[in-house]
Amino acid sequence: MLDFSILTENLDMYLLGFKNTILSSLIALVASLILGILVAIMRIAPIKPLNWLGTAYVEFIRNIPLLIITFFFFLGLKLSGLYAGTLALTIYTSSFIAEAIRAGILSVPKGQMEAARSSGLSYGQAMRLVILPQAVKIVIPPLGNQFINLVKNSSILAVVAGLDLMYHGDLISSRTFVVFDVYIFVAAFYLILTIPLSIGVGYLEKRLAKSN
Amino acid sequence: MLKKKKWVKLSLLSLLAVILLAGCSSGKDADKGKEDGSKGKDTDVLTQVKEKDEIVFGVKNDTRLFGLKNPSTGEVEGFDIDIAKALAAEILGDENKVKFKEVTSKTRMALLNNGDIDAIVATMTITEDRKKEVDFTDVYFDAGQSLLVKKGSDVKGIDSLKGKKVLAVKGSTSSINIREKAPEAQVLEFENYSEAFAALKSGQGDALTTDDSILYGMADEDPSYELVGGTFTEEPYGIAVKKGNEDFVAELNKALKTLKDSGKYEEIHDKWIKH
Repeated sequence: MLDFSILTENLDMYLLGFKNTILSSLIALVASLILGILVAIMRIAPIKPLNWLGTAYVEFIRNIPLLIITFFFFLGLKLSGLYAGTLALTIYTSSFIAEAIRAGILSVPKGQMEAARSSGLSYGQAMRLVILPQAVKIVIPPLGNQFINLVKNSSILAVVAGLDLMYHGDLISSRTFVVFDVYIFVAAFYLILTIPLSIGVGYLEKRLAKSN
Repeated sequence: MLKKKKWVKLSLLSLLAVILLAGCSSGKDADKGKEDGSKGKDTDVLTQVKEKDEIVFGVKNDTRLFGLKNPSTGEVEGFDIDIAKALAAEILGDENKVKFKEVTSKTRMALLNNGDIDAIVATMTITEDRKKEVDFTDVYFDAGQSLLVKKGSDVKGIDSLKGKKVLAVKGSTSSINIREKAPEAQVLEFENYSEAFAALKSGQGDALTTDDSILYGMADEDPSYELVGGTFTEEPYGIAVKKGNEDFVAELNKALKTLKDSGKYEEIHDKWIKH
């Protein structure tokens, strides 16, 4: 039923797109995690101006469509499609990651911090040695969600000629006049990325649960 | 138990969806058969037009310079519109004996064959495939694929595209043509013309390619852009009428020729297309 000649005849385009999707997702994943942690720290640090700044960042970025952020970098800052898309993806995802991490840290009972501080640890030490190890376990599942979303959201690159999987899917579809089959294969390529990611997150979750 | 029932329902629903989808694609063939069947009892379009003393033209209303709805008057304006009016003036003696119906590239053939419109004047390229479905008049506009660049660009034509970025629209024939004619250019494709033009304006590419008729519209909108290198494909636009109406085609051709001889055609052409 599925026309596999679509896949074999356009394999070079699929693979080129797949490569760029992996590249963009990987960079955005690492960068958005780092950025997200920084923003989360800003939001909970006991310094008011930093709180405001972090809150402003999260509320501004996560409440506008990814497409518009992408257009901003592409048309406004004139980055190439691949860079503009990856950067937009990083910034957009980081706001959600920041929220997930902040929620994780806040869900550690207040008494933990108070006890750590009164036993002589500095704020930084208490954070690093007492709070964060407990928060990580809570944060893993929502982080996994964000990473999976990130991989799928990388299809935004198609709109700015970012040469990703979806872009090449569009090209193949418009050339062969086949819609359904072309995108089924596109979906399969996304699954190759997202399924291992899901399994990895599940594994991590289990391992951290054991250490309890 | 309840859960199981839900699953059964769900799978039945999805099965239904698949069947419906399959039904969509086979529906096309059925329509085709109907069209063929109705062809036999065609009454001559020319006679009909003379009887009702009015020609109904299918025109675009989203194409700058050719057929674009003017939001302040609600009227469609452009080259195609003026040509249609001039043809009505020749055939029926009054340029106001016309009615315009909005068509798109997807709907125009069906509307013509249904008899909703008498003729299509809507930037329609004469091709061999289309000739099997409809009858065309002589060429009324010679379009062709060209390049739009920022004034002063070092791109001068199709030969100077080596290593340059050319912007096109996904799925257009022009994106396929440009890859053949300028294999050393990098082609970037966008969803539609406005996005491709925005990308060109922000310096994301060196040139934008499609039919010159559309490019003229963009150059008209932003005069810091110009067409270069002439055309490198031929896209002759024709007026389409329902298959088997030789009399009507002959009448339109006669009118077109009169317009060209009298200078009226050139007047309309120069009014909209400024080189």
